[in-house]
Amino acid sequence: MGSKIVTFVLGGREVEVMVKPMTTLQAVLRYQLGYTAVKEGCRQGGCGSCTVLVEGEPVLACLLPAEDVAGQQVTTLESITPVDGLDPLQQAFLDASGFQCGYCTPGMIMVSKALLEHNPRPTREEILDALAGNICRCTGYEPIVAAVEGAAQAGAAPGAQRR
Amino acid sequence: MVKLRGTGLSAVNYPTGMNLGGDPSQALIHATTSGSFVVSLSATDLGQGLRTVIGQIAAEALGVGMDDVVIDTADTDTGPHDMGTFASRATHRVGNAVIAAAQEAREALLDVAEDELEAARSDLEFDGQGNILVRGAPDRSMKIADIAAAAQFKYGRTIAGRGVYMKPRSPVDPETGAMDPDSTEAHACTVAEVAVDTDTGEVTVLSIRSAYEVGRQINPALVKGQIVGGAWMGMSHALYETTQPYYPDPAYSPKDFSEYLMPGAYEMPKIECVVLEYPSSNGPYGVKGVGEMTANSPIPAIVNAIYHATGVRIDELPVTPELILRGLDARARAARLAETSTTPDS
Ligand code: FES
Ligand code: FES
Repeated sequence: MGSKIVTFVLGGREVEVMVKPMTTLQAVLRYQLGYTAVKEGCRQGGCGSCTVLVEGEPVLACLLPAEDVAGQQVTTLESITPVDGLDPLQQAFLDASGFQCGYCTPGMIMVSKALLEHNPRPTREEILDALAGNICRCTGYEPIVAAVEGAAQAGAAPGAQRR
Repeated sequence: MVKLRGTGLSAVNYPTGMNLGGDPSQALIHATTSGSFVVSLSATDLGQGLRTVIGQIAAEALGVGMDDVVIDTADTDTGPHDMGTFASRATHRVGNAVIAAAQEAREALLDVAEDELEAARSDLEFDGQGNILVRGAPDRSMKIADIAAAAQFKYGRTIAGRGVYMKPRSPVDPETGAMDPDSTEAHACTVAEVAVDTDTGEVTVLSIRSAYEVGRQINPALVKGQIVGGAWMGMSHALYETTQPYYPDPAYSPKDFSEYLMPGAYEMPKIECVVLEYPSSNGPYGVKGVGEMTANSPIPAIVNAIYHATGVRIDELPVTPELILRGLDARARAARLAETSTTPDS
C-alpha cells in the first residue's frame, strides 16, 4: 500500500501530511511536523508521554495510526501554549515544581487539560484517576497532583481563561 | 483477609562523591559581549536541577543576577573535563569548580574596572546586584555588563575564569584497608508504615516520613523534589521493579516497558519530610549531596515495616507478593512443627 495524504486540524490550523499506512500520530507530530512536546517514552501504550488530545479527548498518539485523525482536531502542548506566556495549567506545574526532567510533563499536562475541561473541580481521586496511565520517573507524583489541584483552584478550566 | 500493619525504620549515612582515581570537575566561565556569563560544564542535569543550582551558585559567586548566567552543560566533546553526574557529587564538585572559575573572572573584571572607574583595586567592591562600586563614592559605579563590554570592545581583553575542584585519589592503607572515600556525608532517617494483605501478599505503603540532613540547601524546593521523588523511587525498588516473574510461570514476567511494574499516582503514600542543615566544611556554601540517598533510605524502612507487620524477614528485592506468601507459609509450617514436636512432651 502506498502513502497517502492525511488532513487534520492541529492547534486550530489545518495541516496536510503524507504518511505511510500505520504511521503513528506520534511519529507524524514529532518527527514530521517537529512538535517535540509529543514524547516517545515507550511506543507501546505504557507510559502516557505521547498523550495528545483528539477532539478534546486524551489519546496515546503512539498507538493511533495518523490516518485515523483525518478531519479531526488534534491538540498538543504546543497548541495550548500562548505565544506570550503560559497556559494556566503550565503555570500551575511551574508553581508546584510538578516536574524534574520534564519528560512526562507534556503528557501529564494534556491529560490534566482534558480533565479540567470536563470537570473543572475534580476531587483528588478524580485527578489520580486521570493521571493513572501516565508514568513519571522523577517526581513521586505528589507535585503533579498538587499542580493539577492548584490549576483547578485557580480556575484553569476553559470559561475562566482567555482562549 | 487480614491486613497486618507494621512500622519500620532506617538510618543512612550517605557519601558525597566517591574515591575514583581522583575525582575532578572543571568549569569555564566567560562573559559575552552582552554582559551575560556563560558557564561551560560537562556535568549533566538529569532533571534533578543541576543547571538551576549551578546557576544560583554562579550568580552568587560572580555578583550578578541569575538571569545574567547561562549554564551550558553536558557536551563532553567540547566542554571542560568532568567525571560526571553520579554519587551525589555534582552540586558539590561542580559548585566548587564554578566558584573558583568565578573568582578568576572577577579578577579579570576588576582589572578593567580599575581603569574604567579610575580607582585602586582595593577600593573596588561587588554589590552582588550586577555592579562594581568604588567604596565611599556611591556615584562612581559601573554595571558589570558594561565592564564586560568595555573589556572586549575597548581593551581587547577577555573576561573569563577557569575553575577546578579535585578530590585527590585516596590510597588504601594495605594494613587496615582505611581510606578517605568521600568528601562529606549527608544523613537520613526514614520511618515507613505498611499494611500487608495476608491473602494476596500485597503491600500497601501508607506513609514514608523522613528527616534529612543535607548540609546547606542551595534550593529548598529542589531538595524537597529529590526527597519526594526519591521516596517514590525507593518504594518502587522495594516492592515493584523486577524483570523476574512474580509467580513461577515465566509468562507472568514483564516483557517490555509497558508491563514493567512501577507504582503510579494511585499507589503513592503520604510522604513527609523535615530537612536539617549542618553545612559541610568543603562543599560550596556548605553543600552536601542529596540525590541517591533519597531513593535508598525508604527501602530498608519498608522491608523492616513488612517484618514488623508479618514476622517475615525478607532479604531480597523487590519484596514481591510471592516472597511474602512464601514467608508466611514458612512461618506457619514452622509454627505447626513446633507445636507437634512440643505436644507429646507436655
Ligand atoms: S509513548 Fe505512547 S504511551 Fe508511551
Ligand atoms: S519529571 Fe521526569 S519523568 Fe516526570
